[in-house]
Amino acid sequence: MKLTKRVFLGLAAGSVFATLPVAAMADDWEPKRPIDFTIMAGPGGGADQIARFVQSVVEANDMTTRPLVPTNRGGGSGAESLLHLKDARDADHTLMVTLNSFYTTPIRQEALGVDIETFTPITMMGVDPFVLWVHKDSGITTFEQYVEKVKEMNGEFVMGGTGSGQEDSIVIAYMSGAFDLDIKYIPYDGGGAVAKDLAGKQIMATVNNPAEAKGFYEAGEFVPLLAFSDERMEAYPDVPTMKEKGHDFSYYNQRAIVGAPGMSDEAAAYYREVFGKVYDGEEWQNYLVSESLSPLPMDEAETRAYWATQVANHRQLLSEIDG
Amino acid sequence: METLSFLADGVLLSLQPINLMLIIIGVTVGLFIGAMPGLGSVNGVAILLPITFLVPPGSAIIFLAAIYYGAMYGGAISSVTLGIPGASTAVATTFDGRPLAMQGRASLALVTAAIASFVGGTVANVFFTLFAPLLATVALSFGPPEIFALMLLAFATFVGLGGDDIPKTIFSICFGLVLATVGFDTISGEPRLVLFDIDGFLRGIGFIVLAIGVYGIGEMLWTIEQTRGEITTTNPKMSVKGMVADTKEATRRGWKGTMIGSFLGFFVGVLPAAGATPGSLMSYGVAKMIAKNPKEYGTGTPDGVAAPEAANNSASTGAMLPMLTLGIPGSPTTAILLGGMVIWGLTPGPRLFVDESEFVWGLIGSFYVSNVAAVLINLAFIPLFVWMLRMPFTILAPLIFVLSIIGGFAAARSMHDIWLIVIFGIGAFFMRKFDYPLAPAVLAIVLGPIAEPTLRQSLLLSSGDPSIFFTRPIAAPIMVIAIILILLPGLKLLRGKRKEVKA
Amino acid sequence: MRRGEISLAGLLALFSIYLMWKATELPIGYIRGQGPGGGFWPFWLSAVMLLSCIAIAINWWRGTSPASQSDEPLMDDFGWRTIFLVGGGVVAFVALISVVSMYGAIALFLLYYLRFLGRHSWWLTLLIAIGLPIVLFFFFEGAMMISMPQGMPFTQPFFDVMYDILY
Repeated sequence: MKLTKRVFLGLAAGSVFATLPVAAMADDWEPKRPIDFTIMAGPGGGADQIARFVQSVVEANDMTTRPLVPTNRGGGSGAESLLHLKDARDADHTLMVTLNSFYTTPIRQEALGVDIETFTPITMMGVDPFVLWVHKDSGITTFEQYVEKVKEMNGEFVMGGTGSGQEDSIVIAYMSGAFDLDIKYIPYDGGGAVAKDLAGKQIMATVNNPAEAKGFYEAGEFVPLLAFSDERMEAYPDVPTMKEKGHDFSYYNQRAIVGAPGMSDEAAAYYREVFGKVYDGEEWQNYLVSESLSPLPMDEAETRAYWATQVANHRQLLSEIDG
Repeated sequence: METLSFLADGVLLSLQPINLMLIIIGVTVGLFIGAMPGLGSVNGVAILLPITFLVPPGSAIIFLAAIYYGAMYGGAISSVTLGIPGASTAVATTFDGRPLAMQGRASLALVTAAIASFVGGTVANVFFTLFAPLLATVALSFGPPEIFALMLLAFATFVGLGGDDIPKTIFSICFGLVLATVGFDTISGEPRLVLFDIDGFLRGIGFIVLAIGVYGIGEMLWTIEQTRGEITTTNPKMSVKGMVADTKEATRRGWKGTMIGSFLGFFVGVLPAAGATPGSLMSYGVAKMIAKNPKEYGTGTPDGVAAPEAANNSASTGAMLPMLTLGIPGSPTTAILLGGMVIWGLTPGPRLFVDESEFVWGLIGSFYVSNVAAVLINLAFIPLFVWMLRMPFTILAPLIFVLSIIGGFAAARSMHDIWLIVIFGIGAFFMRKFDYPLAPAVLAIVLGPIAEPTLRQSLLLSSGDPSIFFTRPIAAPIMVIAIILILLPGLKLLRGKRKEVKA
Repeated sequence: MRRGEISLAGLLALFSIYLMWKATELPIGYIRGQGPGGGFWPFWLSAVMLLSCIAIAINWWRGTSPASQSDEPLMDDFGWRTIFLVGGGVVAFVALISVVSMYGAIALFLLYYLRFLGRHSWWLTLLIAIGLPIVLFFFFEGAMMISMPQGMPFTQPFFDVMYDILY
């Protein structure tokens, strides 16, 4: 089967390879074994898509001497991944693609004994903002109408999401508190299922990353009402932000690559260089635009500071939900 | 008409020499990946995704479709020859495929599976071509209550599957359902039933772990103990003439199951939350229910192989429908394909059929060609797989153990799950000794993770009012049929007793 | 057989009780306005498991199931020995994975099974026991891109050589 792959690569190489830069690494350290590329979520969904995209770019441009081996470990809302990294047998060859359960899961499941501050920052690939969507048949076109409708329905307004303590539920909880809304929240086990049930009008609204709702938005099925970004989003210039509505709140899903605790500095430097190249590459920059991700480049020290503020923020937000 | 010309273009594109070569390679690779217990189309598609960056999207899609089809055909091979369902979609294939193989008729079982798969795939492709947008609307009208009703119906079709010992059958069903809840409760967002507080249980207990434990380890131990380690299969014979005869017999004795599987499988497969596994299980159940002689099922009837095999191919094609029309993945494989489409610069969603019709019909065209290639290549390899069964049992047995463990690890990627496979295997051996039927537990662990959340989502929607299942136009009739089917055996029993009293 | 039947039912009943107890960590009742709690489904299904075990015990007492009527032993000595040798072999195989890596464990297991249980010739045994792990290595690590467990650190030089060949 290896042979097949070789033959196939060979067939393709002639036409495409000429245009691709072949990476030359100046560093001393190089991976000696396949690199464990753990994905903190199941197949499908944002984190998985990004991981496979990055892996494809790395593989296609032959940027590492050993392959990245993507493995989905989404169990227990990411707890499985966190434990896997914490107990990594070979820290220099263990990476993870994260989402915000990187912050929330250790807070919600203290028994895990995971301290994310021990993890090694590699590269922040971007942050994914959240948007509030309704179905076009609801007739709602502005956020004010939405608030009015929810109040009118008096606790019968149904929203779907990916579960208590997940990113979208945090946003919905904040919004409910800020505007005094009573919402019925139905948890699903993935963003795709949520989008499907909004399209089928089983639920009335969702809070989702733009990438997950984009197809339906372009078809005119979904209407964006409010963005939870710091500034108006380029792809949705007419959609107001939460900040414009007078509440100082923004919320993003982080799309970052982190290394296992105890990774050596040389290895971390190597990976930072590789993924830095992926980040600067044309493929990723196009992806950022097409999927409406915001860039947020950071170096190691900045990332650590960012983690600390994120953990504090999430602790606060989660205590408001549970309390 | 426009559709047909797009479709013809797609088929013609697939028939170009280079693409045809890719299809042949893809199907063959897929066939072997699918035949490995623990590996399936998802592995094949995932490893090839990066390569699709290097080739024109047209060829990439064709290659991926070929792998997908090859893997679907391959699933039956491990069910029949090794007795281990390689993927959840092939569980029902073991029920009759394995007994046929033990009787030395592995070739009949494999031929039946291949032909049924071909018919199922073809029926699904035709439906797909004719009714795709319409079916997408139907899929959207299935919310949590409808899916729950459908799961109940799937259970109902299996009421008769257990052994004669009713308490042991009930125990087995509940055991599977409880194991399915281990790990994490999505609804409340809390860890749940983390057995003995071992962190490994946080990820839950996968179907594949239980299935490999029960069928790979448990069944092997049982066979070894029963036969005292001697040869078990009557020597399987293999010849061209024999295969022609098998083909005739497969058609004659498997057409009913094939028909049921093709149609039922497709309609269940189209629903994003359900997918191919419930489709193939229900088809087996229904085929058994309406058979003239239901007692034959489970002892090796071609219909029992044909129904689930036709259904899982048909349903796997059907599962592409929500992905292409709505941009919603119905299975891990389609989820990864969806990611591939983003890499190729396509936007999955309702506009895809309109904006990228060339891509969509090219893909469907390659389904037709891959399906034909898959059945031919599969038939050509059957002698090889049957030959494997001629190995002395003392070589075959350790190979099955090795494939169970390494395949289990490939699927689960954790040592914790490997230990669970061993524990389930030894447990299953003793339960089997005391006539506990284990198939219901395996079915329950597949259906449970769909049934429980949809039940609770429905009740959240209705604020705890169970009448939601009986007031919605689609859910209500399905619920009523399911309840009647569940109560039927009980009623029959009562009537039987009354007659006894009279007599 | 008769003793085995009731012992197994008892064991399974104990396990059901454990599951019921474990399920009570989450609400097992019907929450007003929300439907069943997180522990509802596992708790009540485990309760049904327990009831089934009781029913099995009653059937045992009445002697209606085949196993409860039989006075034969569960397995004869030969059966027990076979199961012990084969099942024990599998357990040892899995235990060895963490020590000598997946491929090393496969080689040792095949060696044990083919030579000592199967009584095959040495050359056939060695051919399979060495050949199969190598084939599996190239299949999984190379073609399927799945990394198998590599055991204790001492296996590392061997893997590094293999990876050099592979990539």
